[in-house]
Amino acid sequence: MALKKVKGSLERVFDKNLQDLVRGIRNNKDSEAKYIASCIDDIKQELRQENIAVKANAVAKLYYLEMLGYDISWAAFNIIEVMSSSKFTFKRIGYLAASQSFHEGTDVLMLTTNMIRKDINSTNQYDASVAMNGLACFTSPDLARDLANDLMSLMASTKPYIRKKAVLLMYKIFLKFPEALRPAFPRLKDKLEDPDPGVQSAAVNVICELARKNPKNYLSLAPLFFKLMTSSTNNWMLIKIIKLFGALTPLEPRLGKKLLEPLTNLIHSTSAMSLLYECINTVISVLISLSSGMPDHSASIQLCVQKLCILIEDTDQNLKYLGLLAMGKILKTHPKSVQSHKDLILDCLDDKDESIRLRALDLLYGMVSKKNLMEIVKKLMIHVDRAEGSQYRDELLAKIIQICSQNNYQYIINFEWYVSILVELTKIEGTKHGHLIASQMLDVAIRVKAIRAFAVQQMAKLLENTSLLVGSAAQLNGICEVLYAAAWIVGEFSDFLLEPRSTLEAMLRQRVTSLPGHIQSIYVHNIIKLYSAILMKLEPDGEKEQITEVTQLISEKLPVFAESANLEVQERACCILQMLKYINKLQEKDVGVAEEVAALFAGELNPVAPKAQKKVPVPEGLDLDKWINEPPSESSDDEVTIDTMFVHDAHRGTSLRVSHKTKYEEPNEDELRRRRDVRREEQASNPHYLKDSRKKKLKDLAAENDVTVDGIPVAKIDLNVPLHVPGFNVTDEYMKKSKTSKKHRKKHKKGKRGRHISESSDDIKVAHTVDIVGEEMPEGATFSDDDEDDRALDDPHRALDIDLDRPLDDHDKIPIREHRVVAAGLKMETGQEATEIAEGEKPKKKHHHHRKEKEHKEKKSKKDKKHKKKSAEAVEETPATNEEAVDLMPGMEEAEPTRTNGQITDAVTQANTAGAEAKPEEPAKDDLSFWLSKASDEPSVATVVEDAPADTSEPPPEEKHKKHHKKEKKAKKEKKEKKKRSHKGHHGDEERLEEEETGRTEQMENGTVQESAPEVVIPPMSSYRLLAENNSIKMMYETRVELKTQNQVVVSVIFSNLTSSHLKSLDFNVLDSLNTRLIRVDLTSQHEGVKVPFQLPPGMTNEGQFAFTVKSITMAQKLRGTLTYMLKDDAGSTSEKIDFKVHLPVSAYFVPKQCSSAEYAELLSGGDLSSKQSMTIPNIEMDFSIVLARVHFFGHLSLVERVDTTASLYGQSIQGHQVCLLLKALPNKSISVDGKSSDSSLLSSLLDDVKTFLTEA
Amino acid sequence: MIKAILVFNNHGKPRLSKFYTHFNEDMQQQIIRETFHLVSKRDDNVCNFLEGGTLIGGSDFKLVYRHYATLYFVFCVDSSESELGILDLIQVFVETLDKCFENVCELDLIFHVDKVHNILSELVMGGMVLETNMTEIMTRIEEQNKLEKQEAGLSAAPARAAAAVKNMNLPTIPTPNINLPNLPSFK
Repeated sequence: MALKKVKGSLERVFDKNLQDLVRGIRNNKDSEAKYIASCIDDIKQELRQENIAVKANAVAKLYYLEMLGYDISWAAFNIIEVMSSSKFTFKRIGYLAASQSFHEGTDVLMLTTNMIRKDINSTNQYDASVAMNGLACFTSPDLARDLANDLMSLMASTKPYIRKKAVLLMYKIFLKFPEALRPAFPRLKDKLEDPDPGVQSAAVNVICELARKNPKNYLSLAPLFFKLMTSSTNNWMLIKIIKLFGALTPLEPRLGKKLLEPLTNLIHSTSAMSLLYECINTVISVLISLSSGMPDHSASIQLCVQKLCILIEDTDQNLKYLGLLAMGKILKTHPKSVQSHKDLILDCLDDKDESIRLRALDLLYGMVSKKNLMEIVKKLMIHVDRAEGSQYRDELLAKIIQICSQNNYQYIINFEWYVSILVELTKIEGTKHGHLIASQMLDVAIRVKAIRAFAVQQMAKLLENTSLLVGSAAQLNGICEVLYAAAWIVGEFSDFLLEPRSTLEAMLRQRVTSLPGHIQSIYVHNIIKLYSAILMKLEPDGEKEQITEVTQLISEKLPVFAESANLEVQERACCILQMLKYINKLQEKDVGVAEEVAALFAGELNPVAPKAQKKVPVPEGLDLDKWINEPPSESSDDEVTIDTMFVHDAHRGTSLRVSHKTKYEEPNEDELRRRRDVRREEQASNPHYLKDSRKKKLKDLAAENDVTVDGIPVAKIDLNVPLHVPGFNVTDEYMKKSKTSKKHRKKHKKGKRGRHISESSDDIKVAHTVDIVGEEMPEGATFSDDDEDDRALDDPHRALDIDLDRPLDDHDKIPIREHRVVAAGLKMETGQEATEIAEGEKPKKKHHHHRKEKEHKEKKSKKDKKHKKKSAEAVEETPATNEEAVDLMPGMEEAEPTRTNGQITDAVTQANTAGAEAKPEEPAKDDLSFWLSKASDEPSVATVVEDAPADTSEPPPEEKHKKHHKKEKKAKKEKKEKKKRSHKGHHGDEERLEEEETGRTEQMENGTVQESAPEVVIPPMSSYRLLAENNSIKMMYETRVELKTQNQVVVSVIFSNLTSSHLKSLDFNVLDSLNTRLIRVDLTSQHEGVKVPFQLPPGMTNEGQFAFTVKSITMAQKLRGTLTYMLKDDAGSTSEKIDFKVHLPVSAYFVPKQCSSAEYAELLSGGDLSSKQSMTIPNIEMDFSIVLARVHFFGHLSLVERVDTTASLYGQSIQGHQVCLLLKALPNKSISVDGKSSDSSLLSSLLDDVKTFLTEA
Repeated sequence: MIKAILVFNNHGKPRLSKFYTHFNEDMQQQIIRETFHLVSKRDDNVCNFLEGGTLIGGSDFKLVYRHYATLYFVFCVDSSESELGILDLIQVFVETLDKCFENVCELDLIFHVDKVHNILSELVMGGMVLETNMTEIMTRIEEQNKLEKQEAGLSAAPARAAAAVKNMNLPTIPTPNINLPNLPSFK
């Protein structure tokens, strides 16, 4: 036995190894397939051996064969065997083969989990490295989930080589198992500052990949990356970081400002072209994100353009290519700076390198003007002729159309020329852009009324010369699509046709039936339109013979369509045939039918914007998902559905024909009989209609049909019509014309709408008056693009859009694998499912609530787990997840009774948790904005003053982050304190402004507060808060709203001059948020401030008002702003500025409105106020009357009723939200607040406000 | 991300193919053919970038390639990679090959695909650039080679002997070395 084994392995020595295989394949060039087949047989033999060396040898040969295109998936199991070898050499072979052939769908992958875990945790770092290399290529969601935790620990390995690989591999894990991202992120972030440059670079790499798709989640890392950028010398990493900044700047313009300087320095200093190029790229995106035209940035643009020109002029084609690529980005925002290098770019069009030509083409887009459009297009047309590859030709074609049609045909002065160009483009062989050309033809013909006559003639010619366009090759490429447009245009605007008859004949040709169905159906439909036009022409002249001829022609040719396999074509053709029969009958009786036929197509089609349908607002109360009727139980409902479908369509405003109503005439006896006859005849001629009695007639008819079909003189017509399609000469003529017309300058009419012709720039005569009709949109809708996610649905990055600043909680942990007991596993699954269902069904609050519950429960178990993780590997195997499952279940059960027990207690916890959840988002942003503001406003003392109280007790931002994740609880507390403190700062000297408060107090006296509790003296209150203060100026502000203006809030600011000098040129500016914008007088300057309309003499105070538009009022807003002013004294004047933050709480948008108790009760019992929340504020020392007064005054709420220590309040927001509050003084000096509102986020923000009113007093 | 790394010769014969996104074997061969078709018709003095083929993935992807003697080294990358950076990476790759095989030529790649793969895996892992520092790469490769030799030890002696016998009649095909042009260094 043993001998046999030895002998076996000895024999195997002479097995072919990889080199032999390669050599063999090279020697058998003629019979390669045969040779390889025999090799595969050998390999199969070898794989059956027990000797692992033999197997490894076989597997090594397999992956070579895989490279040659042979499927080796059958050997997957053997590959795993080799992977599991203890020898590094074999293991490496196994993993290599696996990385080549395994993928997510390989089913044996599930066998590998434990082996891979063992390998990556191996003490031999090369075993681990080989395994990780393999895993990076074939990660599956299961593997990712099961190994995430191990890789997490490997990220902290002592060996940099392993750390580096683990960090990179984490990215693959995130892609397949997005849940791992949040728990792993803190460690990943730490790796950014790893001592080993390789690990650092890997971490940067991973974060860049992540941030590329979801940049907003990584904004908070900007300070860290900034530090790396300014300190690192590793070009690879620098490139990645700079690229990352390029993705971040659009989200945060302040970041861009901060970046400009270091980037400019790098541009000047670096010798590495790759770095230089990326710097330029990022500077460009910074400039795009910043407003254009700011004087200090034009230098940067100039620098970029200048550097890029150097690149473009370089002899190195690579640099030339990249230069053009980057130029394209500048073009979008700063076209002027690029246009000055037009010649340079036009030269590149003639470059021998296709890549460069393509890039230059992209740039052309911004180069055209009215003057040179024709010239440039002509140049492109020549290129089209010369182009070799169809891809480049297609690109050219698309570019021509793009250039011409850009900005609503801004640069086209002669549409006849454009139509000719389009017609010319149809002659390009093998283009795939038929559809594009067709839609352009339609667009121009519909929207440019003046061109219709010309377009129709051109289209008629096109239809008559279809030989090029019809045919199998043309169909494959879709150029025949243009016939769709041509047929439609000819039919719709048939009035303009010179010879409708010949066009009609062209459309009825036999060849048409070889076109795709949708085009045929357009043909059929437009044939009848043409017919109608012919009737309209001929009938008044009484040319009956011709009419009958035409009718005859159509009824002869149409049956071909009626037999089409395409349902649409068939139906239309049948319908029209039938109609023709009626018409024919009427004509025989000498009844004029032209008008009636024409009435079918009366009215004009208006162009409708492609997005119009989407933009039609759903009328209130209409639920599109609701069944209109009960779900159909019988098929007889069909008719109803069809009816509603049409009504629906009409309602949606799709191409609607404005039609004259035609009376429906009851058919008389005669008519009915005739119809019956016709029907019988039709049935007879229909081969699908089986009726034995008329067999003979049917045959005859068929024979007749055949004869007529054969008799179609297709060829003749083709030969008779000479080629009229305009060629180059024609378009050239337009060019000449336009050139000569330049000489006689004439003032031309402007288009009515949708088109602005700037006469100052080009004074070129427009060939004919053009009225480009705008596209119709439903009322109130705009053309703006929707913010659609441009990521493909299957992009794994969609799942990775995860908020990383939120601290970790119990949901965020990587599952630890344990031995699965079947029953327990099942239970866990169902438990999780149940939670998921619960989460899915109930609104978010429920989710929070649940989490809170669990937080309490699991605090202990979590600690335990941590401990276990560290202590020993063996302990890890304990069923930790089971524990979780057990915890989960009672958590669920407990949640239920609480909810039913008492609404209030439940609501309290909800409110608390909601508050707690909401807060943690702030710190990260605050850190970032602090970092950013520090940078952008360095000279300002005010910022520091303002932020100082908050920061002294806080660790520096970066440290805080770490702490934050580790000790979330503590951090939360700190945040709360911080918030309190800062509010105190704002309200410090409220009372001082008491005298200015007459208006407000008057209002308050109107309320019932003082009547009901007269014994308590209510302290004076002021709604003015401190906005900012420094040595020279102090600003206090209050907010004012009016019920009439729903989207406006006025911030009234009192400026006090604290100096003995004159303050002037006050300029108030606020950084707009998406929601809230400062209303500026001059609409063009979006970022400039508002001039304060007064000066401040020494010691004076004055008030200025600034209006803001607000979109949504359901959230509190904080706006950052700057006031710049001139301080003028004897020594001269100095310019200073002060930064501030305008806080717009939700309560600012409320208007006190009286509400009787009856109304109040009705409101509460009605279903309008759907959301409710509660909270309890402990330790309120003040009297309940004062509490009420404060809530009433600061919250702008009216008091409805007060009974002892309970009071109800009512408020209405400027946008009509209603809020009811119930305040109750509890015996333990706390106040409970219950609120109901129509909007939940508004309510929770308002409750937060109420809390602030009471706690900061 | 790097989507694929392809090495093929002037006739389109694949010498190394590494796909970091799964394609089945037929598709892989098609991609190689298409890429070869795109790359081979370009002159040597045009730029090293071209818009990716239709097969490998749309407009976001670019082919960055270099042509050395008889071989094309093609990297298919998306927009998160720096074009010039990848060019330098190719250079690093080829220089590493040159060091490992001592004057690398196409034959080395033909007969030692496994080694080429191992070298590549020190540069790129799962489509992400792992290391660009050549000294570090060389250290890792040498250490692994050492490990391999240790393991082979005595047991591999017969196999080695057999290989030596076989190699005696190794055909000497005149294949030019990949002459490393002196490119401006990246660092």
